[in-house]
Amino acid sequence: MHGPAAKLEKDYAAAKKSRLGVILFVFYILVYSGFVIIGLIDPELMGLHIIGKQNLAIVYGFGLIILAIIMGFIYNYICTGIENKMNKEMEGRS
Amino acid sequence: MIYDVSIWAIIIFIFFVAMVLGLSFYFARKTKSASGYYAAGGKIHWGVNGIAFAGDYLSAASFLGICGMIAFSGYDGFLYSIGYLAGWVVALFIVAEPMKRLGKYTFTDALDARFNSKSIKLTAAISTLIVSVFYLIPQMVGAGDLVVPLLGLPHWTGVLIVGSIVIFIVATAGMTSTTYVQFIKGGLLIIFSTILTAYILKNGLNLNPGDDYHEFIKIGAVTEGDKLTATSDSSYILKNTYTVDGKLTFAKIEKDQITRWFKLSADSSSLDEMLSISLQPDGTKLYNGEPKSASKFYQVGHLTRIEVDGEEVEETGPLGPFKYLSTLENSDLIRFTKKDIKEEQTTVWFQTATSGKDMIKPGLLYKISTRAGATFWTKLNFVSLMLALFFGTSALPHILIRYYTVPSQKAARKSTIVAIAAIGFFYMLTLFMGLGASVNGVLDLESSNMSGPLLAKFFGVGLFSIISAIAFATVLGTVSGLIVASSGAIAHDFMDKYLNMKMNDKQKVKAGKLAAFGVGIFAIILGILFKGMNVSFLVGLAFAVAASANLPAILFLLFWKKTTAKGIAWSIVTGIISSITIIALSPSLFEQYGLSKASAPIQLDNPGIISIPLAVIVLVIVSLMTQKDNVNKVENYHND
Repeated sequence: MHGPAAKLEKDYAAAKKSRLGVILFVFYILVYSGFVIIGLIDPELMGLHIIGKQNLAIVYGFGLIILAIIMGFIYNYICTGIENKMNKEMEGRS
Repeated sequence: MIYDVSIWAIIIFIFFVAMVLGLSFYFARKTKSASGYYAAGGKIHWGVNGIAFAGDYLSAASFLGICGMIAFSGYDGFLYSIGYLAGWVVALFIVAEPMKRLGKYTFTDALDARFNSKSIKLTAAISTLIVSVFYLIPQMVGAGDLVVPLLGLPHWTGVLIVGSIVIFIVATAGMTSTTYVQFIKGGLLIIFSTILTAYILKNGLNLNPGDDYHEFIKIGAVTEGDKLTATSDSSYILKNTYTVDGKLTFAKIEKDQITRWFKLSADSSSLDEMLSISLQPDGTKLYNGEPKSASKFYQVGHLTRIEVDGEEVEETGPLGPFKYLSTLENSDLIRFTKKDIKEEQTTVWFQTATSGKDMIKPGLLYKISTRAGATFWTKLNFVSLMLALFFGTSALPHILIRYYTVPSQKAARKSTIVAIAAIGFFYMLTLFMGLGASVNGVLDLESSNMSGPLLAKFFGVGLFSIISAIAFATVLGTVSGLIVASSGAIAHDFMDKYLNMKMNDKQKVKAGKLAAFGVGIFAIILGILFKGMNVSFLVGLAFAVAASANLPAILFLLFWKKTTAKGIAWSIVTGIISSITIIALSPSLFEQYGLSKASAPIQLDNPGIISIPLAVIVLVIVSLMTQKDNVNKVENYHND
């Protein structure tokens, strides 16, 4: 077996981070599917004004992009917290 | 055709190339080890790597292709922006950290980490090569396309120039120089797209795109019953008429011995000028009835009505981004629709009045509403496209190898977030750049890909030159990344791991460089051979193959303990074969073969909706049948 290009420290937080990643991924998939489903079932809805003078297509489309960015920051914030806590705890034990 | 050679574009491009080559020389001295060559020694800062991700990802297809598609078909082009960005969510939440944890230099390493299986090494290496080559072809063809108008050189020179520079970049310092090229290019692209968007908003909307904008001729029509018999102006002589699609009447009309084409209006009262390109028996082309040098093939795209707060205006002055969109929604514009008149070897583009409302919601390109004539297949095509975009990104080999250039899992995650922010921001700008191009009289109907650069030219030659030089650089950067990925598949996965050739570190680097050289030459040849091919197909193909062949393997490896080596290998093979077969039998390719679209056995252009589930089913069945193989596997992931 071979290891990574840079030597990695053992990451005790991997399992927790992976679970959080899956939850956020499923959440995003639901929101993304909503966009696709509206497009399929009733594309005319995309032309309706919903916020200010912007139609659903613009709000939902921009929303999906901005949501991905915001969720990325939240994920990183929580992961960093988990890593600091767990890796410190486990290293303290070993 | 409509653009002159820009000296500044050449100077800026040469400056950029010189800088990149200088960087490559500088890093070449430091790149002696295999880790340095394939993974930049794992020492790149996450911020730099994040922007380099953006550089990798925002290829010519993104920058030139999406802007062009929005300019020609409105919001439907923006669907690509949304899908391409959403794909990064998969990369961040699911793929980034495990890929970093499991792999060494390539995506094959990560897939194979638990198994040490020859079949995975071989199939994953082949899949990497296929996806990279499909991605390479459009980049090389695009390089040639850019060179023709901007530097005044023939197509093959463009391909050769880009190919040679890229081989040099990769063969000198591998992933290190590639990373910095991508970083510089990604950064510049985002900065200058922001500047271009600022210009668009400052300019606002205007009924008159410019003083030299072509005024389209409208003449009266004389009809008998349904039949067009003459024009109301005797200087325009009706030569012939053609009915296309059963409802459109096109008229060939001569004036002062110059042939032009007109379309009969819906109420049969008038004839509206169209733009045309006719192939002559001697092989030359006439643009609106005259040789190319007469410059009669105009840049087009204009507004016919602007409404601000319920009042019609001539121009709006500067607008904020949201006001720009809502004002455009209340306005009307002219798009151009392309049709071929085979009997005359002529292509015409007729004026199509389009409401702003239709321009900023889906439906102009993808007929997904039943009212617009959607069928089961058109709807399935739409879902399939969104699926391939979503699952394709995190399975592209040249994106995956970038996880090995950073020092830790944390850095892999952070660089992905920087990438999402940078790419997401850029994709929001594509909507403004595309729409801006559609209404400012800059479109070249022959090449939608030039919409972005031509819009820049509308605001000044300086901006045009810089944007064009960045477009060249875009091709350079993406091709370098693809060649590193391909050379890794050949030298590291295949020669070193699969064939088990005993090589020391120095020999591994040499093998990688030789492989890069070989792939580079191959890419140059393909770029020349595929000249004129509709390149967006090939990018779509690369995404579909990546999503079908690689992603099920990655996801099941990470989340299903019963996955076996044979399951992964067979799933990769199934994904490759099924996606390529469906595309080969698709309506769009049937059209390319010169056959009718309706005769295609599978009425689907995007294979994802069939090939992705098929790869998953094969993976599950084969894994369940080969459970005994898993007894000896290396349990280094789930026990973390």
